[in-house]
Amino acid sequence: MGSAALESVETKLKSLMIDAQRGDAAAYEELLKLLGGHLRAFFRRRLSRDPDHVEDLIQETLLAVHNHRHTYQPTELFTPWAHAIAKYKLIDHLRRDSRRAAAPLPDDTDDAEALVENSLHDAATARRDLGKLLATLPARFRLPIEQVKIEGLSIEEAALRTGMSASAVKIGIHRGLKLLARTLLGGADAD
Amino acid sequence: MQTDVLIHVLASGLEPTPPGVARWRLLLALIGSMPVAITAMMLTLGVQPALTRVLALPMFWVKLALALALIGAAALALSRLGRPGASLGRVPVLIAIPCVLVWALALLVLLRAAPEARDALLLGDTWLVCPWLIAALSLPSFVAAVWALRGLAPTRLRLTGAAAGLFAGAVGASAYAFHCPEFAAPFIGIWYVLGMAVPTLIGAAVGDRLLRWG
Repeated sequence: MGSAALESVETKLKSLMIDAQRGDAAAYEELLKLLGGHLRAFFRRRLSRDPDHVEDLIQETLLAVHNHRHTYQPTELFTPWAHAIAKYKLIDHLRRDSRRAAAPLPDDTDDAEALVENSLHDAATARRDLGKLLATLPARFRLPIEQVKIEGLSIEEAALRTGMSASAVKIGIHRGLKLLARTLLGGADAD
Repeated sequence: MQTDVLIHVLASGLEPTPPGVARWRLLLALIGSMPVAITAMMLTLGVQPALTRVLALPMFWVKLALALALIGAAALALSRLGRPGASLGRVPVLIAIPCVLVWALALLVLLRAAPEARDALLLGDTWLVCPWLIAALSLPSFVAAVWALRGLAPTRLRLTGAAAGLFAGAVGASAYAFHCPEFAAPFIGIWYVLGMAVPTLIGAAVGDRLLRWG
């Protein structure tokens, strides 16, 4: 990418971030989508031998960006800020990975089981996390989110399938996502 | 697909981010911890009995200026290091200047002193305890700095730990200056700097563990 192109990416992302800090959810969603694309390229290049973890890392980084968005100052460039977070997450991932690889061989059955559980868990975590979170929601929130946001049905189709009214489906999605966001953030976002 | 869902989750119900919140949190912790170090010094060591006489000595102010300059420089370093991607810029120079000035003064004093007086200028009466007491008095500010940093997002953990240690050491030194009976520049150049270096090194050693987030 030429420097002019890089500059226009920076300008775009930065203005979206400034709008997001003012509370503009649409700008924020656009920012995270654009950033997600950049992150995908960034992590793919650096995890070519470990493509299974690319999506995990993107999600972890987006979550970190979200939880620490108060550390971005509008007087500074956005790209170096996001890059530093992505790099931090990448190093953290590689360190955990090498620790796993360097772990001593298990010498009793307990350890062996734990090891297998661990690697099974790691592989499935990303795919399961969202499902697990969704499962904690009451059905009137969970079903609309699953059908509309994950399966890609229209509001009307979901309404037909669940027997809920269209507006109930819409409200369910909205409330459910809010609830999910709160669960995801936990206490980390006290500010 | 799931990443898109996550993004939608994160964006829905977005609240505005209050401007400057990162800086305020840090400032509050740093300023708030200083009276704690001074109170700890007063309760355990006690202020110089001859304080009014001490306050008239230029070297008391040199000592305090060294500590205060390093408090400022280290706080600036922390405000940068707590934000991902922010560069340190000239902050290392700001940290070096007060140290170099005190060392130059110390060298001057040593060169002009009679050879038999040099031991006393270097060691004073309290060289054995001075660095350790400064390091001990740095504890409250170290805890406060780590607390503040845990609400930010440092990505260079060892460096950030060292800066937190330097900040705390400088606060410890400024509090200790009101107790300390030594006023020779060589003494200050060695033992005060060493006293501040101890928490700095400890901070660098534990930064990785204390400051990891996410």
